[in-house]
Amino acid sequence: MNINTTKIISLLFFIFSAFYLYTAYQIQVFAFDENAPFNARTFPIYLGYAGLFFSGLKLILPEPNTIKVDHKNLEYKKTGILIVIAIIYGATILKVGYFLTTSLFLFSSYYFLGERRWVLMFLLSFPFVAAFMYLLHGILDIYLRDPFLQSIGVMG
Amino acid sequence: MIEGILIGLTTALTLQNILMVMVGCFFGTIIGMLPGLGPMTAIALMIPITYGFDPATGLILMAGVYYGAVFGGSTSSILLNAPGVPGTVATSFDGYPMAQQGKAGKALAIAAWSSFAGGTLSAIYLLFMAPSLSKVSLSFRSPDYFALMILGLTAIAAFSSKGQFLKAMMMVVLGLMLASVGQDSLSDITRFTFDNMNLTDGISFVLVVMATFAMSEALTIILKRNDPTSAAKQVSLTELGSIKINKEERSKMYKTIPRSSIIGFLIGVLPGAGATIASFLAYGMERNVVNDEEKEKFGKGSVNGLSAPETANNAACSGSFVPMLTLGIPGSGTTAVMLGALLGFGVQPGPRLYMTNPEIFWSIIMSMYIGMVILLILNLPLIPYIARILAVPKNYLIPLILFFSVTGIYVMSFNNFDIYLMIGIAVVATFLRLYDFPMPPLILAFVLGGLMEENLRRSLLLSNGSWEFLWDRTLTLCILLTTILIVAWHFYKSIIRK
Repeated sequence: MNINTTKIISLLFFIFSAFYLYTAYQIQVFAFDENAPFNARTFPIYLGYAGLFFSGLKLILPEPNTIKVDHKNLEYKKTGILIVIAIIYGATILKVGYFLTTSLFLFSSYYFLGERRWVLMFLLSFPFVAAFMYLLHGILDIYLRDPFLQSIGVMG
Repeated sequence: MIEGILIGLTTALTLQNILMVMVGCFFGTIIGMLPGLGPMTAIALMIPITYGFDPATGLILMAGVYYGAVFGGSTSSILLNAPGVPGTVATSFDGYPMAQQGKAGKALAIAAWSSFAGGTLSAIYLLFMAPSLSKVSLSFRSPDYFALMILGLTAIAAFSSKGQFLKAMMMVVLGLMLASVGQDSLSDITRFTFDNMNLTDGISFVLVVMATFAMSEALTIILKRNDPTSAAKQVSLTELGSIKINKEERSKMYKTIPRSSIIGFLIGVLPGAGATIASFLAYGMERNVVNDEEKEKFGKGSVNGLSAPETANNAACSGSFVPMLTLGIPGSGTTAVMLGALLGFGVQPGPRLYMTNPEIFWSIIMSMYIGMVILLILNLPLIPYIARILAVPKNYLIPLILFFSVTGIYVMSFNNFDIYLMIGIAVVATFLRLYDFPMPPLILAFVLGGLMEENLRRSLLLSNGSWEFLWDRTLTLCILLTTILIVAWHFYKSIIRK
């Protein structure tokens, strides 16, 4: 059997399905529902078996057209940085507030992607987010929590 | 009926109501373009405003918002691969690749004309068949719905090219697994939450679609060093925004639109089915009926592949008004919100609505057509300007896509957990996409998961745990046989190819 990444993904999916199935069997149902033709665990159990079946088939059957990915040409560094920036953005958005975190997220993303036109970078972050925030908060009446703007008295 | 149509026309063509349709279409388009804010949000935002009007005017405004939001959703699907609503997911399969080839204006124009034609044809179907179709929609029972879901998921065969069937099926199962997270709809027992309160309500659709489409697309572009704006750079802004559709493309649309509108309308009529299944089925059917040469173009910017789901989702929007107006059963989440508004106006929908309140029933039907015309008039001139989004350099476009994705989730839940979950799903999806695991089957399965479990539950409980319900009713059996035929046809074609 030729081991390639697709097979490894299928194996991981097989293990995931087995874990899902195990968890499905652990779902607590009401005592009167235990022997009912359908309860909260029935559908997940079917899904677990379906996952095992399809990933098992994918593991066993020969691969008609193997996908080859040239890892040397992949840009892992920039992708990783963007993901980290997005995680930091997610972690600070509630504590710091929508305006500042979103603007900094955009500004730093432009920077790490190689942009150096500072004025344009600024315009497409701080004023852009302010305008977007006005559309959501001011016009569409969608509340956006912003401790930073509240602390400087811009938002009530 | 003629009298009813005249009443409807008289009501719909008043200056105030035409203005309402225009305002509705305009705001709907803008709101629909913002990820996370679909037609349901758009209509919900309009409800307080509509209470100031009479019921017909209020509903006309909401219908305008509905169509506008669906069209707006198509725009973000085509330009950014960020479908904000389930009904426009299938639009991105060929709309986005077409836009990547520097034909963004053309893709938007095809979507606009197809939506218009789909909406117009379904308004005609609605005009003549609404009362009798309500009886047909009532004849659908849980086993039929369950079989229909299986058929819908089998349409994934349409997305899986050579050797992709098992990968697509794995994605279907993964989508259903994601949909099973959260409280069980009947017993309220929590499943797969691992004591995390944030998962109690399940994973939101917008989160999954943003993660697997918009965010993972942005990450894939960076990872593969692609430039989504490269094609746009090679053509002039005039060419990028050009809405000209040539004779060959028009002739393809002439064939696609009628059949997709019928599928869309019929699926839309079924309560709970809606625009998503309609668009996926229309896409799958279109791929199966075109010749081999055209079939190869699917997923790479096919005119048929773009026109079919766009026609079907708009036809389904009109179709979903049938169960709402004639039975009082909303055909989709959006029409459920509209039903609430209708009840708020003191209007009781049901089989006698078009006798007790003919001005409401017929004016909505007539305003649908007028709404379609206005939507087209409003949007066609704007397309060349909207298409210029693709001329924005990659270094700005990618962060903006990420920004819209995160904001879309943030305004829905206001918690960090959903953002982390979205990033996690996006990373996994990016990796899976590298190895050609298709995402559309995952999305369709995720959308259908809850409905599928619900209908299987009812069927099994009614048949006391026996699976005989699958062949007890002729309708269920016919749908299942169609499913088997589609799978068999797929395998037959694969063997022939080899």
